[in-house]
Amino acid sequence: MSDQINDSRRNFLSKAAIAGSITIAPGVFLHQTAQAKSDDQAVSSNTRWGMLIDTDKCSKGCTDCVDACNNEHSLTGFDRPTTDAQYIRKVSLVEKQTGHEISLPMMCQHCETAPCVDVCPTGASFKREDGLALVDKHICIGCRYCMMACPYKARSFVHEEIKNQTLSAPRGKGTVESCTMCVHRIDKDGIPACVEACTEENHNAMIFGDLNDPNSTISQELKKHGGKQIRADLRLNTGVRYQGL
Amino acid sequence: MKKIEYTKIKGQSLAYYGLLAGLGFMILMGLLATWYMEHNGHYVTGMSNQIVWGMPHVFAVFLIVAASGALNVASIASVFGKKIYDPLSRLSALLAIALLAGGLVVLLLDLGRPDRLIVAITTYNFKSIFAWNIILYTGFFAIVGGYLWMMMDHNMHQFKKKVGLAAFVWRLVLTTGTGSIFGFLVARSAYDAAIMAPMFVIMSFSFGLAIFILVLMAAYNWTGRELGDAVIARLRNLLGVFVASVLYITTVYHLTNLYITEHHGVEQFILRDGGIYTNLFWIGQVLVGGLIPLALIYAPGVKNCRKTLGLISTMIIIGGLCQMYVIIIGGQAYPMEIFPGYEVSSSFFDGIVNQYAPTLPEIILGLSGMAVSLLLVTFMIKVLSFLPTSLADSVTDPHAK
Repeated sequence: MSDQINDSRRNFLSKAAIAGSITIAPGVFLHQTAQAKSDDQAVSSNTRWGMLIDTDKCSKGCTDCVDACNNEHSLTGFDRPTTDAQYIRKVSLVEKQTGHEISLPMMCQHCETAPCVDVCPTGASFKREDGLALVDKHICIGCRYCMMACPYKARSFVHEEIKNQTLSAPRGKGTVESCTMCVHRIDKDGIPACVEACTEENHNAMIFGDLNDPNSTISQELKKHGGKQIRADLRLNTGVRYQGL
Repeated sequence: MKKIEYTKIKGQSLAYYGLLAGLGFMILMGLLATWYMEHNGHYVTGMSNQIVWGMPHVFAVFLIVAASGALNVASIASVFGKKIYDPLSRLSALLAIALLAGGLVVLLLDLGRPDRLIVAITTYNFKSIFAWNIILYTGFFAIVGGYLWMMMDHNMHQFKKKVGLAAFVWRLVLTTGTGSIFGFLVARSAYDAAIMAPMFVIMSFSFGLAIFILVLMAAYNWTGRELGDAVIARLRNLLGVFVASVLYITTVYHLTNLYITEHHGVEQFILRDGGIYTNLFWIGQVLVGGLIPLALIYAPGVKNCRKTLGLISTMIIIGGLCQMYVIIIGGQAYPMEIFPGYEVSSSFFDGIVNQYAPTLPEIILGLSGMAVSLLLVTFMIKVLSFLPTSLADSVTDPHAK
């Protein structure tokens, strides 16, 4: 008898716990969402977004990151390679002295002192507090001086009318654009599309994170194994670092 | 020196209206070319994500550089007190304004968003040398316009020298700014050099004077006004010094680069292996734009030959355009050295010489900028008294200092 009572009590308690969890869970979830930056909240320099790329894990011929980026930003080409936009590209390197081969993705390096920002006459090229180098397409006059100034050839000019744009990554004919590190995802606590694709396909060649947070995976990895800047001689303090170079 | 009398040109001949119509037609073609390029987008031009500045920039920068050089004649009179240049000052200042206007029109119409002109002149990033240039261009119009006023209004003559000095300083700063557009570019091996600024200043002396001489001779020839040998001889000698100076600073620029190992690649490209760019450098810039004009300027047999001087000036202009092409297009065609020591390849044309072939609309747009400059001068000398009625030797007095 008492066992029966205990059983029904147990059943009641476990069902109540499940029901309670279901009731409370959205609250917990909402609470977590509230931790993400709201649209009107300014970004802070306490964060510096960056990327670390392990070239040893980046295989030649793999374009998963490029495909993901093109898809994310609707970078459908016009089959005109010289004028089609490329935010990220795969670069193959062969060291002249040794013949050592390296494959790596190349995109905007989100420099701390970005030459594109320095030269832009209207301030359309700008740095966000969290380290992202972006283009304000409302005041870009299409002079292309930033493209002359970028040491990484990271920028593209929109050479023709764009159709079927995505809402999150607007583009405009006659203005300049480049990798935004998927700012629209970052602001919603997401990660860049290229990193996501690389991880999902189990290549794990790209790590995204906060360079200012000593406990972030990227900072820990950089502390442990280091990471090089491309054209470090220019001392631009890039947000994208490479291993295996 | 006699008192100089300035008069408007009559400008009633069929030839005058024909000239206006011809220049107007060229400008119309330029506008059509702009509409075509802007409507379709820049993919219809020869420009790309690798060669981002093309033929329009060659013409635009050439005209902007020549503009400040055209003012030199006036500066020599007002700042350095050489009286023989004084009667030429008004035309010098007018041509300076006209050339700058022509250059800026081309620069503006090649923007991706020329409709955002108001943004360009109201929103500034003061760290950008380009933004400073916009201020310098605007200031140039104001100061040289004021300078013309001081020259043309008898009540204001007392300020002529001071405003002339301001204009001279301003033009030096302006061309320094134009050269620094390239000099401040750390990314590309062909630029990234402080010498770009003084090089552009010296180029401006040469190109501006060459255009000035052509315009002066054409204006006096076509209106039947007298233009004495004294003035021409001075201008010819001055041109010789400027052409030699351009050759000198070009030599210094390349010698410096040849000494620095990291620049050997770009030097080999421009001087030896660059195909069209190497040809344009040696044949266009050095031979046609430098050595042959220099030889002709000092050749005793053709000393007073106006036609030869016209040819010399034309060659300097062609050589100047070649020099701009080599600097602007050649500098971009050479692959950017992102990974020194590596052979590089990618879908974005890394590691290879970038291809560029100017299209007709780009060339038409560039030429229409020149037409804007010439139309302004042709029209203004009819409206206001810019030209001395006579520049005969007896009027200009070659012995006055």
